Amino acid sequence: MRIFLNDDAHDVDAATLAAALDSLGFGGRKIATAVNGRFVAAAARPATKLADGDRVEVVAPMQGG
Amino acid sequence: MFYGVNLSSRLLLGTARYPSPAVLERAIKASGAEVVTVSLRREGGAGRAGQSFWQFIQSLGLRVLPNTAGCHSVKEAVTTAHMARELFDTPWIKLEVIGDADTLQPDVFGLVEAARILAQDGFEVFPYTTEDLVVADRLVEAGCRVLMPWGAPIGSARGLNNVYGLKSLRAHFPDIPLVVDAGLGVPSHAAAAMELGYDAVLLNTAVAEAGDPVGMARAFALAVEAGRAAHLAQPLEPRDMAQPSTPVIGKAALGGL
Repeated sequence: MRIFLNDDAHDVDAATLAAALDSLGFGGRKIATAVNGRFVAAAARPATKLADGDRVEVVAPMQGG
Repeated sequence: MFYGVNLSSRLLLGTARYPSPAVLERAIKASGAEVVTVSLRREGGAGRAGQSFWQFIQSLGLRVLPNTAGCHSVKEAVTTAHMARELFDTPWIKLEVIGDADTLQPDVFGLVEAARILAQDGFEVFPYTTEDLVVADRLVEAGCRVLMPWGAPIGSARGLNNVYGLKSLRAHFPDIPLVVDAGLGVPSHAAAAMELGYDAVLLNTAVAEAGDPVGMARAFALAVEAGRAAHLAQPLEPRDMAQPSTPVIGKAALGGL
C-alpha cells in the first residue's frame, strides 16, 4: 500500500496509522498526526486504518512567534 | 489575567528566528517572559529538530502558547489547533488565520468562525486580529476572553499603526485582557502600547533579529514595565495650547509692556 507522509510517497505494509508510524521511524516521538486533513489523536492511532493513497501529516514542536 | 492564569510579566515572547538556542534561552531570561509562543511543523522519520526543541522548551519550565501560524483556512487552523493541543498539552491557542500573504493580515471572517469552533471544543483562544471593534465584538461573542490586535503587520517593526483604533478598543473592552501582538520594532512601541492601557505585548522579531537579542529583550522588559507604570499613574492627555509649568503669580515686575 502506498501512502503519502508529509507529501513523500512510502510503500508500507502496516494496516494502521500507529504501525505505519512505527515502521517509518516515528515510534516514541513527540509528534501529532492528521490523516487526509483530519486530526488523529495519539490514542486513536492504533485503531486508525490506512488505505492506499492516504495522506498522513506528521508534525513536531518547533519555534514560533 | 489570561483565562484565569495570573502572570507577573506582561511581555510574551516568540521563540523563532534567534541566532542560536543559547541566545534564545538568554533572551527569554532577560525578557522575564513567563509565556513563550511556539509552533509546529512537519518532521520526517530521520529529523530530530522537533524533539530537541521540545526538550528545550520543557527545560525552561514556562507556559507555552502554541500558534497556528501560516494557516490560511478555517479547516487548516482548527486541525492545527488540535495537533498543538495534544503536542503541547495546553488548551491555549494563538489563533492565526491569515488572509493576505503580503501583509499577513488576519482573515477576520475565518478567524471568528475558527474561534467559535475551537472555543466550543474547550480551547482557550488568543485570536490574532486587527483593531476592528466589530470583529472584536464577534470574537468575544464566539468565546474569546483575550484579544490580540496587531500593532502593525507581523515582523514589520512599524509600531502602533492605528493608535486611535487601539485606544477605542481598550475603551470598548475594559474587562477583556488585550495584548498588542505583532509589528513592534523598538521598546518605545511597547511602552506606548502599555501606556494606552494594554495588558501585555507579544513580540518576536524585534528581539530575535536585533543585533543583540539579549540586550533588546531586556530593553523591551524595561519599556513594558515603564509603560505599565505610566498607565497606572494616569498620564496627561495632549493639549493644543501651552500651559506654563512655572506659576505666573508672584513673578517680579521688571518693566516692559
